[in-house]
Amino acid sequence: MAVTESETQAAAASPEPKPAKMRGRGVCVYYGDKQALFDVDIDVVEKQVTSLIGPSGCGKSTFLRCLNRMNDVIDTCSVTGSITLDTGDIYDKSVDVVQLRARVGMVFQKPNPFPKSIFENVAYGPRIHGLAKDKTDLDRIVESSLRRASIWEEVKDRLDQPGTGLSGGQQQRLCIARAIAVEPEVILMDEPCSALDPIATAKIEELIHELRENFTIAIVTHSMQQAARVSQKTAFFHLGNLIEYGETEELFTNPKHEKTQGYITGRFG
Amino acid sequence: MTSADQSDHIVKAYDDEFSRLRKMFSQMSGLAESQLDGALRAVARRDEELAAAVRNKDQEIDDLETEIDALVVRMLALRQPVANDLRFIVAMLRMSADIERMGDYAKNIAKRVHALAQLPVSSSNPVTRSVSTLGRLVQAMLKDVFDACTDEDLKKAVAVWEADQEVDALYTSIFRELLTYMMEDPRFITAGTHLLFIAKNLERIGDHATNIAETLHYRVDGKRLGDSRPKDDDTSVMVVGGPEDGPPGAA
Repeated sequence: MAVTESETQAAAASPEPKPAKMRGRGVCVYYGDKQALFDVDIDVVEKQVTSLIGPSGCGKSTFLRCLNRMNDVIDTCSVTGSITLDTGDIYDKSVDVVQLRARVGMVFQKPNPFPKSIFENVAYGPRIHGLAKDKTDLDRIVESSLRRASIWEEVKDRLDQPGTGLSGGQQQRLCIARAIAVEPEVILMDEPCSALDPIATAKIEELIHELRENFTIAIVTHSMQQAARVSQKTAFFHLGNLIEYGETEELFTNPKHEKTQGYITGRFG
Repeated sequence: MTSADQSDHIVKAYDDEFSRLRKMFSQMSGLAESQLDGALRAVARRDEELAAAVRNKDQEIDDLETEIDALVVRMLALRQPVANDLRFIVAMLRMSADIERMGDYAKNIAKRVHALAQLPVSSSNPVTRSVSTLGRLVQAMLKDVFDACTDEDLKKAVAVWEADQEVDALYTSIFRELLTYMMEDPRFITAGTHLLFIAKNLERIGDHATNIAETLHYRVDGKRLGDSRPKDDDTSVMVVGGPEDGPPGAA
């Protein structure tokens, strides 16, 4: 029986393992003298949702921010180890951070639309990256981005009104539309639903599910149920260490590590 | 990741729900053991009073199943359990359904005591003797599987799982034996048929005990026992005697 089981596992693991879009190896992060992440190895798998969970201060957001070098803006922050996007090291000196962030977009905890019209919020990125040939092309990009973010029907008659006038859930979907307007390959989401009510949250989760068709997504969430609902892979962090990383279903039904089990079942002391 | 126990949650009320589940489960399993014991004693002594008591008590097992069911649904809805907690709760739901069926079979055995009254009470009667041997075997399985649940003892659970083969083999031989007696002496057909059903009920109780062993394995280890359990029951295709015996009921 043991033979059959290991065979089954090998068979389940081997057929066309999805390629890693981003790969972190031996990632350590320091804020000044204080080490915030210890030797983290993670693959963010292409066209899947990877969720990062763990108690406050465990390093999950720190790791997420490494993936598009958002930590660069913090002077005392230094990153060692390697993080690759496809095959290129994103911390290489030759990398243009602005270009990197166009390929690895980000959605934040609190919806942060620009104090501009709904149209301008979405048009800004494609315009500065020169993605639109002309006005018609720009209109097309804005509309398709808003549609893909499932907010087009709600805003199509008031594109010239300020984005800040939308509800929280709509603003967050507007921010997602803004992120996807520049055709990124990876979207990072840092607790995108923590300021939203359950209905708005469900809409974002449905959207994440749809976006997975075309984008690779990494999401930090405090809601374990949300991680369980939206992701295929889950990584559990604790005190700056990656404790466990694997299939979401496996991690929530039969975690390998006692710390993971303690945390997800609500036993953490 | 094995499950140690369901205590130490930050939310203490959650712990309390787990202890209630455990308590109801041990009540239920205790009842099932005593019901089977009562039914087998009633059969052995043709004790109709005891048989009636067993039939009435089955309701208590049914009630406990309903209660466990309600608590499980409540916990799933309100606590959204995961990992070992989830496996424990789901296992309770499955195991209590198995025990409820065991209770039904014990009750059914007790019901047949009246019909067996024509058989002489004697422990040396070869016909009833093998059925009581089967009864003792199944009783031992019940005790072991419930002990395994209490101690989360997977070795014991696997032993129960494997012991079912013995039950199946004995059931098969009883089946053959009873058919032979019935052919030899048609006056024995009534009692023989009831004994056959009793043996079948015991065999089914053994199957539910193995279900519980499998569920326990999943609860503790997160993995299923394989489907390779050896089976030794081929009564469904068994024919005793040849065509020269004539069609059944020809005599």
